[in-house]
Amino acid sequence: MHHAIINLNHPAHYIGLGPFSISLGNLLIILAMCIVFLAALFIPFPHSDKEGEDQK
Amino acid sequence: MSTSSWTGRVRAATLEKMKPEDLLPEEQPAYVASWIYIFGVLTLAALFMLIFSGLVLTVEGPAWWHTSTIGHYWNSVHLWSVELFFIFMVVHLWGKFWMAAWRGKRTATWITGVLAFGTSIITAFTGYVIQTNFDSQWISTQAKDGFNAMGIGAYFNALNTGQAILIHVALLPLVVGVIVLWHVLLVRRKGVVPPIDNDGTIARGAKK
Repeated sequence: MHHAIINLNHPAHYIGLGPFSISLGNLLIILAMCIVFLAALFIPFPHSDKEGEDQK
Repeated sequence: MSTSSWTGRVRAATLEKMKPEDLLPEEQPAYVASWIYIFGVLTLAALFMLIFSGLVLTVEGPAWWHTSTIGHYWNSVHLWSVELFFIFMVVHLWGKFWMAAWRGKRTATWITGVLAFGTSIITAFTGYVIQTNFDSQWISTQAKDGFNAMGIGAYFNALNTGQAILIHVALLPLVVGVIVLWHVLLVRRKGVVPPIDNDGTIARGAKK
């Protein structure tokens, strides 16, 4: 039997808000995707050296 | 070119509409210089790793990872390729949704993307039920009630591991592969959708 770095051999942690319920793992993945999405929108894209020379 | 044979009609409808410089372009419009445009190709890269690791797993079978560290490694590569495939595809979907990427006669591109997403979810489901562990037992026993409630239990039995393996390995990757290929060819043919505020003002292939 191989051991995982994180022990997953237990029931999932759930977070509830009224009728809504979500596992902590799923919530963290969705938040990570939102962060990646916003980062992709706002982090500047590197330009090539050739393009930089064209702008001079 | 009008032609009377079906081979000629297929050629006219496919190959003659595809220019080599569109299929493998060397330059992209200036607006493509943003990180949000890389998630489509990241999804393709994850799909490549998915198929490659899946082919490795077919050699020893779905229970390999229980008894071998090498099998466990490739099983993990397959799992994390799936995780990244869906993460990249969802971010790609969000980006294209807010770009309204169906503009400019790109309806078929959008629809093939939706189909790729849907068939990928079904493929992932058949993967979950062939893990050969308690997780797959739980998922398949719950899913069979859902399938029976939908009236399709006679055609797909989630408890039939052999059926799920064959569908996961032989049928669905082919379906996903064809849809993804179709999607990519449409993207290449129509080009990357321009930003909404520059729609029609930045010519395709224009340099900065």
